[in-house]
Amino acid sequence: MATFFDINLFALFGQLLIGLINGSFYALLALGLAIIFGLLKIINFSQGALYMLGAFAAWIGLNYLGINYWWALVLVPLAVGAFGILLERTLIRPIANEDHLYSLLLTFGIALILQGLFTHWFGSSGLSYPMPDELMGGTRLPFMYLPNYRAWIIVFSLLVCAGTWFVIEKTRLGGYLRAGTENPRLMQAFGINVPLLVTLTYGFGVGLAGLAGVLAAPIYTVSPDMGSNILIVVFAIVVIGGMGSIGGAILTGLAMGIVEGLTKYFYPEASNTVIFLVMVLVLMVKPVGLFGKEA
Amino acid sequence: MYNKKLNLVLLGLALVAPFVLYPVFLMKVLCFALFACAFNLLLGFAGMLSFGHAVFLGTGAYVTGYVMTTYGLTPELGILAGVVMSALVGLVYGKLAVRREGIYFAMVTLALAQLAFFFFLQTPLTGGEDGLQGIPRGKLFGLIDLTDNMTMYYFVLAVFIIGFLTIYRTIHSPFGQVMKAIRENEPRAISLGYKVNQYKLMAFVISATLAGLAGSTKALVFQLASLTDVHWFMSGEVVLMTLLGGMGTIWGPVLGAAAIVSMQNFLASGPLANYIHVLMGVVFVICVLAFRNGLVGELQKVIRKNSG
Amino acid sequence: MKLMLKTAAATALITVAGLAHGSFSDDKVKIGVLTDMGGVYSDITGQGSIEAVQMAVDDFGGQVLGKPIEVISADTQLKPDIGSTIARQWIENEQVDVINGAVASSVTGAVTKVMSNAGKITLIAAPASHAFTTSACSPYNAHWSYDVVSLANGTVKPMVEGGKNKWFFITADYGFGHALESVATGVIEANGGEVVGGVRAPLGTSDFSSYILQAQSSGADVIALANTGSDMVNALKTAAEFGVTEMAEVAGLLVFTPNAQALDPAIAGGMKLTTGFYWDMDDQTREWSKRYMARMDGKIPSMAQAGAYSSTMHYLKAVEAVGTDESDAVMAKMKETPVEDFFSRNGYLRKDGRMVHDMLQVRIKNADERNNENDIFAIERVIKGEDAFLKLEDGGCAFALSQE
Repeated sequence: MATFFDINLFALFGQLLIGLINGSFYALLALGLAIIFGLLKIINFSQGALYMLGAFAAWIGLNYLGINYWWALVLVPLAVGAFGILLERTLIRPIANEDHLYSLLLTFGIALILQGLFTHWFGSSGLSYPMPDELMGGTRLPFMYLPNYRAWIIVFSLLVCAGTWFVIEKTRLGGYLRAGTENPRLMQAFGINVPLLVTLTYGFGVGLAGLAGVLAAPIYTVSPDMGSNILIVVFAIVVIGGMGSIGGAILTGLAMGIVEGLTKYFYPEASNTVIFLVMVLVLMVKPVGLFGKEA
Repeated sequence: MYNKKLNLVLLGLALVAPFVLYPVFLMKVLCFALFACAFNLLLGFAGMLSFGHAVFLGTGAYVTGYVMTTYGLTPELGILAGVVMSALVGLVYGKLAVRREGIYFAMVTLALAQLAFFFFLQTPLTGGEDGLQGIPRGKLFGLIDLTDNMTMYYFVLAVFIIGFLTIYRTIHSPFGQVMKAIRENEPRAISLGYKVNQYKLMAFVISATLAGLAGSTKALVFQLASLTDVHWFMSGEVVLMTLLGGMGTIWGPVLGAAAIVSMQNFLASGPLANYIHVLMGVVFVICVLAFRNGLVGELQKVIRKNSG
Repeated sequence: MKLMLKTAAATALITVAGLAHGSFSDDKVKIGVLTDMGGVYSDITGQGSIEAVQMAVDDFGGQVLGKPIEVISADTQLKPDIGSTIARQWIENEQVDVINGAVASSVTGAVTKVMSNAGKITLIAAPASHAFTTSACSPYNAHWSYDVVSLANGTVKPMVEGGKNKWFFITADYGFGHALESVATGVIEANGGEVVGGVRAPLGTSDFSSYILQAQSSGADVIALANTGSDMVNALKTAAEFGVTEMAEVAGLLVFTPNAQALDPAIAGGMKLTTGFYWDMDDQTREWSKRYMARMDGKIPSMAQAGAYSSTMHYLKAVEAVGTDESDAVMAKMKETPVEDFFSRNGYLRKDGRMVHDMLQVRIKNADERNNENDIFAIERVIKGEDAFLKLEDGGCAFALSQE
């Protein structure tokens, strides 16, 4: 057992950095969930499956359509977003105004269907997606060797998160969105097409999941259950951050990645569980989450 | 009168069923039916969606398995140990969870379930991924050998009936009426002077206890307790059983459990094995969109229409 | 109670009758194949194992002593509960006589318990844990192909002797991984090396980066991967990504041919490992493998798949020789007869159920050494069965030792 004084600082920093990388994925996925919940009051349990769909779309694109990583980064979120819009229009809209639990159960069902189909088509052992040549190699930091691709994940996802936060919280478009969900009728009266706005928001939210899927493909195994593994963690993050709080989701996502990293250093077996412990503690003390507003 | 006749017919069917169908399959149905009924007590009659109910099933299974294997207890004592432990876990988890409502309640139960999953995965007592294997069925009261599937079946049937009657009595007691009042209009129940949280906790503990009973029995039937029993996927499965059968109905969960278990059984060995999850997902979607009263609920509607 | 007694008496009668008159339960021989169809082990077992068993049955002529041989299969999804449930159902409901396969030691443990209680044989071709012939041994287990002891003796021992002293383990967190780690640790310490650390990763871990970092900071000479299938592939890829391969040697302790094939030669080339079978060893292995590949879209067989064929064939020959499918008689015959075929050299099924045969130490070829995509291993040396496997008296299998 490592005592307090013989903490291997290099190893600790390494784990924290890995945690930050995982946190970037959490932040992207949690952001999508938070947007969808905050603006549309839909609990999207299929977010994980759409993340998986993004990774598979990138793999299929590369192997069958000749779409390289960089194009996938643009095209796959659009495709996944379009698929999400289709789901929203056909299945989710009819129950949008009912108890949240119904949207949870419905999207859970959708997730099962997607995961089942991909297991049937591709098996569950997973596929590998090659790393783009431009991001091969790495940098030797004092405490660890940082592969370029992992650095890219952190930078890119932070940019996406910050941009999204800015658009929703600080621009007029974001203002319409927030107002449209608070009081749809008034916004309708002002001549704003609220249903369209809702659909596009949903598309954007799931598009983020697709984007995270593409980012994940080169380093994680592309497998049908990659979504369900990460989903409940991301859910916990959204709840900890305060359901619907955009900034809360991003910050909590990153923070939980780091907490996981810390746990991996001190007690690796618990790293998958520590987030749930945090969630229980937070909800005991602050029922609406760290950044949530009292309803 | 009508119901009494129906119940007698069902009992008769249950008694002859193992001569026609594979007893282990029937026992599986009964165990999951009890599990779903226990879950339904919470969701259907108290309006609380727990997304972590597998914990109680698994606790019952693991504890029973452990004491039976290690101490060689008789099955009734083994089951008692499992049930008591599930009730205790239910009490602790209930205390933490019932203060939250709706989606937050679901999320707290899910988080607590994950903590329990971690415990069961890590503790050396449960055999990790291997689970507890080869749990002896033992001799009931030290007399009746349960190794034989037929004998075991009637034992499981008896356990199921006891559990089922407990739920039935609970729902039709004054306590059950208060639960319904809380489900329909919580502020009103509070203003009438009911200590709502205590009632909810009570319902939670009863539900956990009976789920534990189902788990303990299941461990004896399959002579195995494994992580599948405590995985969050199992929690989702019991929601599906209840939803499909009809939540808030007495027989709904039984029918739902029978339907899902049969589906899994028939598909497992066939070419459609990979489609189990797809079909379960489709059932979920259909139930939520078009079929919210479940099989029994829809049936009741039809009967009511015809008789009225 | 009465019913029970009657059943027991009837069973005893049937057994005796079976021995006396050479009869067959339900007038056929039914082989159940339990495997992983879609999981992390599906490439090394899965459809290939089913096909291999079917191929053995076809080669045998589809019937034994005029009784038809039937093969059925099911997917355990690598879950012990599903595996044992299917095994029980097969025995009680489908009159299955023998089970071949059962992938993953956790599932196999549950399945062999059910089978042994019912007095039925399990042919264990894919799992690695040596428990099935030691602590959890049974007169009805026949463990083919390889086990963790042979892997540790074949791969770890020469490396420690070659001066690689500090070891770090990345271990699959269930029975197989634990067994492999503890056996390998024993070999390391016995030869003067030390284990400087280890982590346990759940089956199907998606990201090995944090484990690799831990391994890196331990200062080990060798990072031993006590996992297999796609877990092993992913761990090795991550090690290469983080530049670990430049500083320490990574040793895959259980590498199946299809996994080795999936690895980039730039990462895996030169790695030494132990296997129970390689398709391209000699004319006999090539002849069999070509026929197998013709049935499997050109996929090369793993040692688990080849072992499934070999064990099925040995079983069927024993059934034919004793004229019954009654388990005790068949098992006795299987243990009497040497196992000598394309798969097994100098092989015999020992009292405790261990099939002892020669193992191979191989090296993964570099890209420039490969003549085609199936040209993966170079054979370095043959390890005698007696040197590779645990000795009967060291295994602690109670029933086998009491027969000594």
